[in-house]
Amino acid sequence: MTTPSTQTAHVLAPPRTALPAVVAMLLGLFVVIGVGFAGPAVLHNAAHDMRHSFTFPCH
Amino acid sequence: MLHRILLIAVLAGAAAGLVATGVQATRLWPLILEAEKYEHAAAPPAAPALADATAPAAHAHPAWEPEDGIERISYTVLFNLLTGIGFALLLNGAMTLRATAGAASRTNAGSGALWGLAGFACFALAPAFGLPPLLPGSESAALLDRQLWWAATAVATAGGLGLIAFAPARLVKLLGALVLVAPHVVGAPRLDEAGGAVPASLAAEFAVTSLVAAALFWLVLGALSGWLQRRLA
Repeated sequence: MTTPSTQTAHVLAPPRTALPAVVAMLLGLFVVIGVGFAGPAVLHNAAHDMRHSFTFPCH
Repeated sequence: MLHRILLIAVLAGAAAGLVATGVQATRLWPLILEAEKYEHAAAPPAAPALADATAPAAHAHPAWEPEDGIERISYTVLFNLLTGIGFALLLNGAMTLRATAGAASRTNAGSGALWGLAGFACFALAPAFGLPPLLPGSESAALLDRQLWWAATAVATAGGLGLIAFAPARLVKLLGALVLVAPHVVGAPRLDEAGGAVPASLAAEFAVTSLVAAALFWLVLGALSGWLQRRLA
């Protein structure tokens, strides 16, 4: 569906910033590292069954 | 824009986390509990080997862990939801990034499911190709080495798939394929003699079932994300 007119519309539209998407991904990275990789024993024990079930390396 | 991504990620991530919880409760938790019988028989938890290194045995006490039953299940459900939301933030962020870059195709449940399958490849399938999903009581290489390889493989798979799917030049697509394969050429950290207390049949069933559970989770997450992105556009 990339007709010339829609191409032009893309060019003329104000450039949408990628910042929100990048911020969301950084936030997601923070959460995933926290639940899946973080070292403290208490966190490990609480997340234990989830880590095994989601195939994170656990022990 | 950001609040829309956050809203979709929380909704889709929590829903996919609940689906994962259902699959785990029926097919995975029973295997984990069974494996822990062998783990505890082989190394009684009363001997805190880790604590010995830092404190006199008399004062050593193992770190807190949830009581078996409702407490343990509650924490697992909580972390399933958090994991779902974390992966949903990554997935919806990547989908939005692609749309921002001027992708002409329309986002819907179907395209979202394809994104979900890519997520499954990055965060379950490719890492499992080097590091099979393990039960408690299994023996393997040092944890930090495995975590680093797992994370590097996820990143390389995501980058490689992205280049293959979206780079215009053939040569760059080829580069993407090389990035995708690189962690497996390097090889995952392995023990010469892997094993442990868990019977091989139990370990095999867990490896397959956990991958199927992950595939279902990512399919639901991707399809719901695509559908919500369209509905809340």
